Amino acid sequence: MSRYDSLVDSLGDTPLVGLPRLSPSPRVRLWAKLEDRNPTGSVKDRAATYMVRDAEKEGLLRPGATILEPTSGNTGISLAMVAALRGYRLICVMPENTSTERRQLLTMYGARIILSPAAGGSNQAVARAKELAAEHPDWVMLYQYGNPANALAHYETTGPELLRDLPGITHFVAGLGTTGTLMGTGRYLREQVPGIQIVAAEPRYGELVYGLRNIDEGFVPELYDPSVLSTRFSVGPRDALRRTRELVEREGIFAGISTGAALHAALGMAGKAVEADERADIAFVVADAGWKYLSTGAYSGTLAEAEAALEGQLWA
Amino acid sequence: MAIEVRIPTILRSYTAGAKAVAADGETLAGLVDNLDSRHPGIKARLVTESGALHRFVNVYVNDEDVRFTGALDTALKDGDSVTILPAVAGG
Repeated sequence: MSRYDSLVDSLGDTPLVGLPRLSPSPRVRLWAKLEDRNPTGSVKDRAATYMVRDAEKEGLLRPGATILEPTSGNTGISLAMVAALRGYRLICVMPENTSTERRQLLTMYGARIILSPAAGGSNQAVARAKELAAEHPDWVMLYQYGNPANALAHYETTGPELLRDLPGITHFVAGLGTTGTLMGTGRYLREQVPGIQIVAAEPRYGELVYGLRNIDEGFVPELYDPSVLSTRFSVGPRDALRRTRELVEREGIFAGISTGAALHAALGMAGKAVEADERADIAFVVADAGWKYLSTGAYSGTLAEAEAALEGQLWA
Repeated sequence: MAIEVRIPTILRSYTAGAKAVAADGETLAGLVDNLDSRHPGIKARLVTESGALHRFVNVYVNDEDVRFTGALDTALKDGDSVTILPAVAGG
């Protein structure tokens, strides 16, 4: 059934598509979970919808309420859509080094944007949002980094969808941001599939993003539980861009840059399976499509040019 | 034996501004000691008094997070690349 009462109701149940050209062999296969096929075009629609529903259930959100959220983009866009449909105001605290398309989309949906400094990545956005929340006790901060409804969305939807579509799944690979996708999906799959490997691909940005004043300004999301993961890779912009381009050139999938990082880690796991002569069905998350990153230059010119253009940007 | 260690901006006061330095070690713990002998004071920024990696410091050997490969006991070999980064938020 592909008919829904409203856009929000069409959440999830996204396609899982094989990658016959990028998979190393018929026994070691890669599968892409197309999360860009969600209401606003990213995996964050799942978390945003769950967090809003949960806050409504708890009585925190009443008609006309103001939602506050630190976000580098996708969660904000998802929340902006849900807020517009349900009659809430949305204020996003967003690092200034994010793509212009994200700001355009947020503005289009009627959200207000408060920019935080580029240095320190989303840490500064989180810190600023926490200050604002303290100053405005009537605003509701859903706080994707620590809200259990974020991970629960993936435990209840993404995980079961993957197992239904790929009962022989051996690896799950996703980008690491709030950690919600990996924690929720990972927990579900670990309960259902003995021996499954849960692999995180963490984007490695340019130096500006790590420009904290001291180590104690570092940040680990409250949702993060390392025991859910099998391992975690740091993927730099060159590898992420190269894989993003391979994905569109060889399989026709036009994905955002963080997906290239996830594909890079997935191919690494595939290589290990081939080496060990083991069967593998490796699912990875296409977190969003490439539209929001066209202005970054990620898809044009040489890899070196694209990498230079991304320097200092929060590309995932 | 030489292992390249990439130093984040925040710790370059210990390496005279160098973005990458060379160090030796059979394990990550050995490498950190060696690093500290060449750049005194850096160890205390990476490892807590109880001997664990600082909560907001991430260390990667050939791009893999050492917390999943034995932490400070992670074995190293010639030509490995070690990257040190502060923990920052994504999302």
